[in-house]
Amino acid sequence: MDRKIRILAAKPGLDGHDRGIKVICNALRDAGMEIVYTGLRQTPQQIVNAALEEDVDIIALSILSGAHDILLPKVADLLKKNKADHILLLAGGIIPEEDIPVIKKRGICEVFGPGTTTKEIIDFIEGHCS
Amino acid sequence: MSSEHNTVQNEKRRWEENSLNKRPVKKHSNDWGDPIEVLYTPEDFQDTDYLSSIGFPGEYPFVRGVHPSMYLGRTWTMRQYSGFGTAEETNKRYKYLLKQGQTGLSVAFDLPTQIGYDSDDPMSEGEVGKVGVAVDSLKDMEIIFKDLPLDKLSTSMTINAPAAILLAMYIAVAEKQGIGSEKLRGTIQNDILKEYTVRGTYIFPPRPSIRLITDIFAFCSKHVPLWNTINVAGYHMREAGCSAVQEIAFSFSNAIAYINAALKAGLDVDCFAPRISWIFNTHNKIFEEVAKYRAARKVWADLLRDRFKAKDPRSWMLRFHTQTSGVSLTAQQPENNIVRAGYQALAAVLGGAQSVAACSFDEALAIPTEQSVRLSLRTQQILEHETGVTDTVDPLGGSYYLESLTRKMEQEINDLITKIDDMGGAIEAIEKGFIQKEIESRAYSYQKEIEEKSKIIVGMNEFKVKENIDISLFKPDTRDAQKQIEKLQELKKRRDQSKVQSTLTAVRKAAEGEKNLMPYFIEAVKAYATLGEICGILREVFGEYHAARTI
Repeated sequence: MDRKIRILAAKPGLDGHDRGIKVICNALRDAGMEIVYTGLRQTPQQIVNAALEEDVDIIALSILSGAHDILLPKVADLLKKNKADHILLLAGGIIPEEDIPVIKKRGICEVFGPGTTTKEIIDFIEGHCS
Repeated sequence: MSSEHNTVQNEKRRWEENSLNKRPVKKHSNDWGDPIEVLYTPEDFQDTDYLSSIGFPGEYPFVRGVHPSMYLGRTWTMRQYSGFGTAEETNKRYKYLLKQGQTGLSVAFDLPTQIGYDSDDPMSEGEVGKVGVAVDSLKDMEIIFKDLPLDKLSTSMTINAPAAILLAMYIAVAEKQGIGSEKLRGTIQNDILKEYTVRGTYIFPPRPSIRLITDIFAFCSKHVPLWNTINVAGYHMREAGCSAVQEIAFSFSNAIAYINAALKAGLDVDCFAPRISWIFNTHNKIFEEVAKYRAARKVWADLLRDRFKAKDPRSWMLRFHTQTSGVSLTAQQPENNIVRAGYQALAAVLGGAQSVAACSFDEALAIPTEQSVRLSLRTQQILEHETGVTDTVDPLGGSYYLESLTRKMEQEINDLITKIDDMGGAIEAIEKGFIQKEIESRAYSYQKEIEEKSKIIVGMNEFKVKENIDISLFKPDTRDAQKQIEKLQELKKRRDQSKVQSTLTAVRKAAEGEKNLMPYFIEAVKAYATLGEICGILREVFGEYHAARTI
């Protein structure tokens, strides 16, 4: 493999729940991917800037506060604006079932809810980046 | 005694050889890796002196409880964590819960409030009224507590970085109700150190944050004497992944840092220590949780009595609220969570909690509905009225297993506190990333155990069903944020601007100097200066904290 899959793990909004995203960072790294974690309280603009700077293939967004409907599509829009919509957007956290089709239509490729195994996420990513 | 002990020991060996070892035995280990015996007997605590190590409830070392008669004197406070949307909706929910028999209030604030942003701040976009109620000014607090007599209720507020300002608002609401601050009962969480490690709602760097805490200690000891000035939290560290032993040791180490800061600020330990309260996490393993609370009471009593030389026995008492474990809930087969919360609440009561919140079964999916939170309250009421677990004090005391586990946990907790002391205390341990890394690596191992099925979570990695979850979930009103912003703009038009400016200038001067900030906050909130305005000034004076990355 010439280049490792590069992922930006990000926490949009004000939500401080980062157990999940940290577990996923560890699992993806153990699976041989390169991970950059933004830390908490990132605006959509900061996330997109970091993604461009780090030249990532994927942005993994974790949000449990309920602000997903507003913040996640903003990340997608900013990627488009920066001609970087080749970057795959994934989301996880507490996102109600009925909101999933809405944010998928707005540019989120897949949503992983509570109970997802890290293996499912790794398989999904490898499937998309192979 | 010793001949009886030898007999038990010999008989146990005989029993193991003749009976036990003829069958396959699945052995378990506890949270910190020690094996759990197949059977416990009197030999497992024959070195324990009852009077000095266990004693009587209401007396040092408080293993059996902080009050002599425990629930025979007064039952625990049933205090469900709630708040959402606007002040009006939250006030309505509180009235509903009180009518259903809840005995205390617990306010959940939205994230902008917790981080000191007004609802119209760009940082607040998408977050207003989502995980709790939005508070921009005293106006909102007046509505939240409308028709609720603050001299008859106790109120717990989960607020940390801007705790002093929310307390100032609570004092001002009471004053408007004609109630003096000396009558107010309740808590503010006010525990900043765990915000840096796990909870994330920090604003300012550690030093000014701790000054705010000691200002609250000093002010309340004079003016709000019944108020619990801090609610030190093990809860969130446990939710983030740490063990029961780590939960107690890490939170005690944080409390040691606050006590040291208060002593350095010239306060007498007995003037603030009796008002330190706690919030812990009651997880799945019933005996481990009960032992944790019994051991923690003794470790705390020893720390206050021996290390800090507190003379007042009230300073030695570990009084705690507990919430059942949110992270143990599953989004799959959510009804199973009713049973989980029930067992966890049972452990909390067997452990001698002063106040309990049981998580609602839909909390892995959304914030609770009126029906699901009522069920949580009913879970507690059934425990109180139907199960008989409150009929005598510390009913599990004397169990061979429980007593042995209590002693071992006491040892483990003390060892870990010593380890953190040796690093220079909690602040240094956090700056080094020690606590964060411990929690993070344990959370990752836990996930691996679930995926390898060495840990079974019923309905999630075993006993699964194909399901369409058809419970009715809480849906936030999407118009709330806009309503809140309009209300705030209206307030800004109507208030006396010169009074706002002069009180804010006074806050700035006090923050730049060393005066106790509480009286200045009270004046500013009474002039309807907003939380965002006050925190904005403090941000300018104190600076902002930026988290160190551990990943």
